[in-house]
Amino acid sequence: MSDGHVLVARQLTKRFSPDRPPAVDGISLEVSRGEVLSIVGPNGAGKSTLLQMLLGILTPDSGTVRIFGVDIIRHRRRVAHLINYASTDLSLPYSLSVRENLEVFALVYNLPQPGQAVSEMMERFSLEPLAKTKVGRLSTGQIARLSLAKALISRPEILFLDEPTATLDPEASAEVRQLLLEQVRKERLGLVYTSHNMREVERLSDRILLIESGKSVACGTRDALYGLFDCDNLEAVFIRSVNQARQDRRRDENADK
Amino acid sequence: MKMPTNDLEGAPVECLPLTRPPVPLFSLRPLAGILLRQVYLYRRSIPRWMEIFYWPLLDLLVWGFLTLYLRQGVLPGTTAAQALLGGLLLWDMLYRSQQGISVVFLEEIWSRNLYNLMVAPVTPYHIIAGAMMTGILKIALSSGTAILLAYLLFSYSLFSLGLSLIPFVLCLVIMGWALGIMTTALILRFGQEAEVLAWGVIFLFQPVSAVFNPVSVLPDGFRQIAFFVPASHVFEGMRQVLSGRGFSWPQLGWALVFDLLYVAGSLFLFSRVLKRARKVGFSLKLGS
Ligand SMILES: Nc1ncnc2c1ncn2[C@@H]1O[C@H](COP(=O)(O)OP(=O)(O)OP(=O)(O)O)[C@@H](O)[C@H]1O
Ligand SMILES: [Mg+2]
Repeated sequence: MSDGHVLVARQLTKRFSPDRPPAVDGISLEVSRGEVLSIVGPNGAGKSTLLQMLLGILTPDSGTVRIFGVDIIRHRRRVAHLINYASTDLSLPYSLSVRENLEVFALVYNLPQPGQAVSEMMERFSLEPLAKTKVGRLSTGQIARLSLAKALISRPEILFLDEPTATLDPEASAEVRQLLLEQVRKERLGLVYTSHNMREVERLSDRILLIESGKSVACGTRDALYGLFDCDNLEAVFIRSVNQARQDRRRDENADK
Repeated sequence: MKMPTNDLEGAPVECLPLTRPPVPLFSLRPLAGILLRQVYLYRRSIPRWMEIFYWPLLDLLVWGFLTLYLRQGVLPGTTAAQALLGGLLLWDMLYRSQQGISVVFLEEIWSRNLYNLMVAPVTPYHIIAGAMMTGILKIALSSGTAILLAYLLFSYSLFSLGLSLIPFVLCLVIMGWALGIMTTALILRFGQEAEVLAWGVIFLFQPVSAVFNPVSVLPDGFRQIAFFVPASHVFEGMRQVLSGRGFSWPQLGWALVFDLLYVAGSLFLFSRVLKRARKVGFSLKLGS
């Protein structure tokens, strides 16, 4: 699986406000070619914040992110064409149609054959019947599919997805999962993604990073985590590890007082 | 396989009576709710308060100065209509140019697309360059139409300004770009609150741009400020040409000098805002 890391992050820390604990606190991670790393943790744990730093859009207080060896925080432009991103928090221009939106991004990403890239994505994500529909008229799940098409159109080497299946029905998320896995296996895409759907994380991930209050709680393969927390499913691991982390934190805080 | 069906189908269905009466059409409380929403909104929003006082004040200044000017009688050798219409047509180009840039960014913010562009291999300066081009197209269309209508309806031809029209328009478009970049920076810095600026900021410059009246009729203070506004030199230059006193190179020079300073300043502000946004986080949900 590992033939060199495409992404290496070290000791990332980000504090938004001095009177609140850091949103991300000393997290390190790495991703190999063709590997799926899931980031899992409670609401507000810092998953989206972490992704934004990996994308080079949010400057960390300290720590480094290297993508293909390039410091993305300082030299985003050198590697921006190799990464892409989709998030349920984002949308695409409402008044443009599905096809028009993809055309715009094919150009923005400077693809040599924009027309062909658009058609390929339309087909792969079954967007053809919606080609002329404006984004404003799409359902939330259809927008999610279009966002994924936008994220894959540039044939990224590393893809960052923030809760890509949160708004999808069970069948659609199974489809998306299938598509992503294909891409990962065939194109050796590195995938970093967050999700609250533990069953999906179990199925999709090579490794899972568990975070709570901005701190890494555990990181490893599914089976390693099962063993570590003595559970037989990820939901149980999540609940047990998060509770344990919270208790530890409270104990430390009380000890400090 | 037999699917379970609704057993009541076909049978007469009885509904329970209303448990509570509906809200009367003319009740005050819901109305108070709508009002309260606005009160809460305004309580925290300085830009919205500004707007309440902003427009009447600026309108008063612009039309007040024009009155001062009209009292003195019009320019020799030209008609009042020429100076006014020329001013109006050129002013609109400045306005469109500024709008061109601010609206492009607002559209991305409104459609929650800015982040997609931030991730893409383009810089915010690419977006600005794209916005400038969109702006020029918009100006060509809107001013083209306005100039044609002015000619057809009022027999006024902006082309009576001759070749001097080219540098005048150029100076105004550049000033519009600078103001557009500045408003965009403020919108990125202060979020939706500052959106009103996209439509309002240009009018802050109108009273000191000498659009409809010469700088000489402005009161002290305003006259000094006008010197630092590129547009005032353009409109002074326009009136000079219209009155047959020829083209003024010094006016053009000043307009260009201040244009460049404005562009440099607004780009500097924009880069600072971007740097700060990278530190404190772009609001992902901005505009939603
Ligand atoms: N731009 C910001 N300014 C201030 N605080 C922020 C900002 N972005 C995030 N935060 C705070 O940082 C913490 C982590 O937020 P983040 O969005 O990363 O959580 P998350 O793990 O993605 O949560 P969720 O599962 O709900 O998406 C939260 O407490 C949030 O309020
Ligand atoms: Mg999140």
